[in-house]
Amino acid sequence: MNEPTGLAVTSDHRDTAGSSEEPPPDQTLAPAEVAGRSPTQLAWRRFRRDRTGVISGAVVLLFFLAGLGAPVIAALYGKDPYTTYGQNQPGLLNEFGYPAKPNGGIDGQFWLGLEPSLGRDVFTQLLYGIRTSLLISLAVVLIITTLGVLIGVVAGYTGRWVDFGVGRVIDVVLSFPSTLFFIAFIPVIQSLFVPPDQETPTWLRATTVILVLSAFGWAQIARLMRGQVLSLREREYIEAARIAGAGPGRIIRAELLPNLWTPILVSVSMTVPTYVTTEAALSFLGVGMVEPTPDWGRMIHRGAEVYSADLSYMLAPGLAMLVFVIAFNLLGDSVRDALDPRAHR
Amino acid sequence: MLRFLVRRVLGAVLILFVISAVTFFLFFALPSDPARLSCGKGCTPELLATIHHNLGIDRPLPEQYWSFLTGIFAGRDFDGQWCSAPCLGFSFVNHQPVLDTLLNRFPATLSVALGAAALMLTVGVGLGLIAALRRGKTVDKVSMAACLVGASVQIYFFGIIARYLLVDELQWLPQPGYTSPFAAPGAWFGGMVLPWITLTVVNAATYARYTRSSMVDTLGEDYVRTARAKGLSSWGVYIRHAWRGAMTPVVTTFGIDLGLFLGGALITETTFNIHGIGKLAVDSVANSDLPMIMGTVLVAATAMVLASIAVDACYAVIDPRVRLR
Repeated sequence: MNEPTGLAVTSDHRDTAGSSEEPPPDQTLAPAEVAGRSPTQLAWRRFRRDRTGVISGAVVLLFFLAGLGAPVIAALYGKDPYTTYGQNQPGLLNEFGYPAKPNGGIDGQFWLGLEPSLGRDVFTQLLYGIRTSLLISLAVVLIITTLGVLIGVVAGYTGRWVDFGVGRVIDVVLSFPSTLFFIAFIPVIQSLFVPPDQETPTWLRATTVILVLSAFGWAQIARLMRGQVLSLREREYIEAARIAGAGPGRIIRAELLPNLWTPILVSVSMTVPTYVTTEAALSFLGVGMVEPTPDWGRMIHRGAEVYSADLSYMLAPGLAMLVFVIAFNLLGDSVRDALDPRAHR
Repeated sequence: MLRFLVRRVLGAVLILFVISAVTFFLFFALPSDPARLSCGKGCTPELLATIHHNLGIDRPLPEQYWSFLTGIFAGRDFDGQWCSAPCLGFSFVNHQPVLDTLLNRFPATLSVALGAAALMLTVGVGLGLIAALRRGKTVDKVSMAACLVGASVQIYFFGIIARYLLVDELQWLPQPGYTSPFAAPGAWFGGMVLPWITLTVVNAATYARYTRSSMVDTLGEDYVRTARAKGLSSWGVYIRHAWRGAMTPVVTTFGIDLGLFLGGALITETTFNIHGIGKLAVDSVANSDLPMIMGTVLVAATAMVLASIAVDACYAVIDPRVRLR
């Protein structure tokens, strides 16, 4: 089955050795200021000229900084995501448990309002929610990229029965109905580690989510890498290296990997938002993060229960996620254009 | 063609076999004990053993899996209760036959899937075509920006906002839900509109992008130029020639999406509380209802592999350069 990956990686980079010394084509007209530029520098120059890319990059960076600095910001703001302000302080919530002030109780004290019934602060929940989302999705992306590249490259380079076997395993993994498997397996895997009568600690929940997402996620990248390696290994420079006596380890490390960085980076920038939303979807379905861990998906889950009385509680995490995903997708497009200008449409 | 079908169907059966085995062993081998749930508070070891025996989970695992498999093809006996040929067992929770529940829930899933698939294909391909033909113009930019937002928004967020606005505030639509189209076509349509719209908004972007970029590519191909040179009108070229070549990635994505929807659109069905296969799966997981989970997994996996075969067969129809092996 020939699945379009949407990555448009038709790249044939031969910039392994030597090309860093040769001047880029658009510079040859003005030899006076020629200074050797590495492909990385060129890509960076292209990226900086792309206004959409820079702005979306800044937005993404802002989210990362907010996640990293969450304790500092929360300390300056003077609240935390766990205290039930609305219950401790009379007058904040009305008799039905909804924020007394309009728009979900937004005011100078509670910047994004209060959570219905429990009366926790929305802004700090959102802030700490970034940490949960990014921690889980980055861990998953790191694991699946490492695994996927390793498996894909080895299968593509070795060929023969290894490639055949890996190809069939990838086929099977990709035909698993993944969302259903995530929600079905996460509780099962958790019960492996924790006896049924005990509370599952938060770190273990996160680990389980990461493990299960990774167990299915590597196949996509492995397939992509395998395809790349299949076309790369027939190139002259690989043949030259082989004739010069390089072993498979060296060829993969020194000849193949440098040419795979572009598809790897592009794939990373495309998968991070996917896993941010997948993690949120799992919490929305009730198998990811649970009370009281601050998490966007869990907030939307709660928000969906009370949406008709207080829509604002779900607007905050929903919009934050929308902005983050849009910015990250735009950033991904710009990264691809910068690394691989020929794939530009 | 026949050889291709036989080969692929055999492959599909193999994949389903692997998936069912993996699911079975993961669930039944692990220490999550469904008997403990139905046993309740005053549970004694004897009572637990009885429940184990009644559920059939006191026997060795391979034996259990074997009777599960033979049950699908030949039916099986559950302590005097006969479960006929395609037997998937009985639910641990309400003790109904799993197959009956699945068949009962399937029309809702089918309604969501077919309607949403038709709508998102029309909207997505339409947007992509218009954008490709008006490349670089305002229409192109606006529709591609809309696609970016659509592709980035989440079903559970968009769906609830849309429900709040269209159902609760403006009251343009009735509450989403499934009613039989044969009993009350109007109510069926009204209840399905919101899920259809939501799935379209979230998924149409992919189709629009693929259609746009492959149309732009194919419009530059030699055979399109030749068709033009023969004196064909631009619309004739677009429809008869360029469109056909541009359809391959769209067909691939459509097949995968339709396969996913037919296996139960989990998030959509949960968001709108539609009692289809997807909602059944989510509920069964919450109740540790293992036979029911097995059933939904099998339905979803079957839909996926069948869709992938259909996609490959479609390639040959669309693109004469593809030959099936």
